[in-house]
Amino acid sequence: MSDYIIEVENLVKRFGGLVAVDDISFKVKVGEIFGFLGPNGAGKTTTINILCTLLRPTSGRALINGFDAVRQQSQVRQSIGLVFQDPSLDERLSGLQNLRFHAMVYNMPASVREQRIEQFLQMMQLWDKRHNEVRTYSGGMKRRLELARGLLHHPKVLFLDEPTLGLDPQTRHRIWEYILKLRQQEDTTIFLTTHDMDEANKANRIAIIDYGKIIAMDSPEKLKKMVGKDIISVKTDDDKRAAKEIELRYQIEVRHDSSGLTFEIADGEQFLPDFIKEFSHKILSVNLRCSSLDDVFLKLTGREIREEEVRDTLKAMVRQHGRRMRR
Amino acid sequence: MNNLRGIYTIWYRDLLRFWHDKMRLIGSLTFPLLFLFIFGSGLSARMGLLGPGIDFTRFIFPGIIGMTVLMSSFMAGVSVVWDREFGFLKEVLVAPISRTCVAVGKTLGAATVALLQGMLILLFAPLIGVSFSMWTVLALLPLMFLLAASMGSFGILLATRIRTMEAFQAVMQMLMFPMVFLSGAFFPVQGLPTWMNILVKLNPATYGIDPIRQVALGTQADSPFSLILFGHTMSIWDDVMILALFGLVTTVLAIWSFSNQE
Ligand SMILES: Nc1ncnc2c1ncn2[C@@H]1O[C@H](COP(=O)(O)OP(=O)(O)OP(=O)(O)O)[C@@H](O)[C@H]1O
Ligand SMILES: [Mg+2]
Repeated sequence: MSDYIIEVENLVKRFGGLVAVDDISFKVKVGEIFGFLGPNGAGKTTTINILCTLLRPTSGRALINGFDAVRQQSQVRQSIGLVFQDPSLDERLSGLQNLRFHAMVYNMPASVREQRIEQFLQMMQLWDKRHNEVRTYSGGMKRRLELARGLLHHPKVLFLDEPTLGLDPQTRHRIWEYILKLRQQEDTTIFLTTHDMDEANKANRIAIIDYGKIIAMDSPEKLKKMVGKDIISVKTDDDKRAAKEIELRYQIEVRHDSSGLTFEIADGEQFLPDFIKEFSHKILSVNLRCSSLDDVFLKLTGREIREEEVRDTLKAMVRQHGRRMRR
Repeated sequence: MNNLRGIYTIWYRDLLRFWHDKMRLIGSLTFPLLFLFIFGSGLSARMGLLGPGIDFTRFIFPGIIGMTVLMSSFMAGVSVVWDREFGFLKEVLVAPISRTCVAVGKTLGAATVALLQGMLILLFAPLIGVSFSMWTVLALLPLMFLLAASMGSFGILLATRIRTMEAFQAVMQMLMFPMVFLSGAFFPVQGLPTWMNILVKLNPATYGIDPIRQVALGTQADSPFSLILFGHTMSIWDDVMILALFGLVTTVLAIWSFSNQE
């Protein structure tokens, strides 16, 4: 058997005319945390759905734990656990019953079952509510229950599709602690999609995906080195002319948008005092920061991930609302 | 062993949900009870005896038991559509249990719930002046279960191919009521107009209602209620064979359909 627990070769998925996943290939090692970072509609969930046997690829091949995701579906399903992006609980059953159902279909031995279910319910702070129907849970509580369920059977490969969306920082922290511990103890491989930069930084490797294509793949540190420099944002009384002045004087590229000017500079802390002294336009505000994965995405695509994030939150709200209306 | 556990888990969840949902239980019993008491008593007085010692209420009682079982099990497919809409189906479809287990577990769940509802109707027998012996009841239960299982797998087969709740409801209305009304649940199936006769005999539900009635009324082969197919008076076993065949075909198709869906 090879060292790789996920192997994807030239994977393509078309929905009618739309190419959701466009010829991607990558490999993930045992015990690695591998992240997909990309804007809405990039094809992250579609890729996961193919890897977990919910969707059939149009072409290409995917192996999980050495098993083919099309021809050896039941072995693949034995090997994986999932936390879906969209809700997938039985809202008419209690939290406890949801976990018991999961434990039974995943054939967990009875001796481990009850004890681990209790451990998870305690960890997710749902123990007191374990007998309540899930439909009475808050959004964050439902999310925590889904996470507990995905982790419950200690799968070999864990797919987390935007796992901590909508959770408070303490809970996020607690869950990540557990995931990292699990990985250490059981060599669990984690496949993660996220928009959250903190979360992305936890990955050993990140693939940046846009319009169904992988446009960069490396460790977060190396990716950030692509931008490599500090980032300065300035607001002035006349951005247009200010941009010209900076470009001419320092021979660098300046990005100009509604929030002001941004440019990269090798050593920002040294640069800034002189810059402010010598600059001829009136400066309204200045900001200096280290490059982030955001900037990497921006550099590669000319768009920001965060612009999309707002829409994502809205989408989630509309979805929630729609469900409630239907009921 | 693994397969049995898978089937059991799917079945058990359906029963839990049924138990949680007491409103559904009450709702599903109102319709048959209204039929039985209002329709039955209203018409009974006028119609006199339909057969030796059998008035209209006694005649339709087994029909109503059959109708309850049929409607409940056929509608159970809705849970598949519901699970798809609420996302729970994904949890089931990525789990390491075969699609065969899922389809069989769902069918058995639907059948069990329907059987329970049919048994509740059975409890009303004394109120309309019917009394069944222990043996009659024991003979009725497997017949009710067979009807429930075959109609359940039919409903689930349809549900695997239908994406929205609205569409499922529409298909149900289009199929379920004709199936109920053309099954002989409410009238004897002899001496019908030709077109109706053909539809009644094509309707699989007919072969579920007939044996239930035969057992409930204890009728003989020469009874005016007998189901006659191509000049042959159908025995309980004949009916059971046809219905079981139908159930087998729909179950196989439902398994196939579950296995080949995205
Ligand atoms: N079942 C489907 N039928 C048709 N188009 C689909 C289907 N599922 C996804 N798509 C399309 O495929 C593209 C990729 O969707 P996908 O859900 O994979 O995006 P994503 O990267 O997960 O985005 P997000 O960050 O919003 O979750 C989108 O354009 C989407 O509209
Ligand atoms: Mg997604």
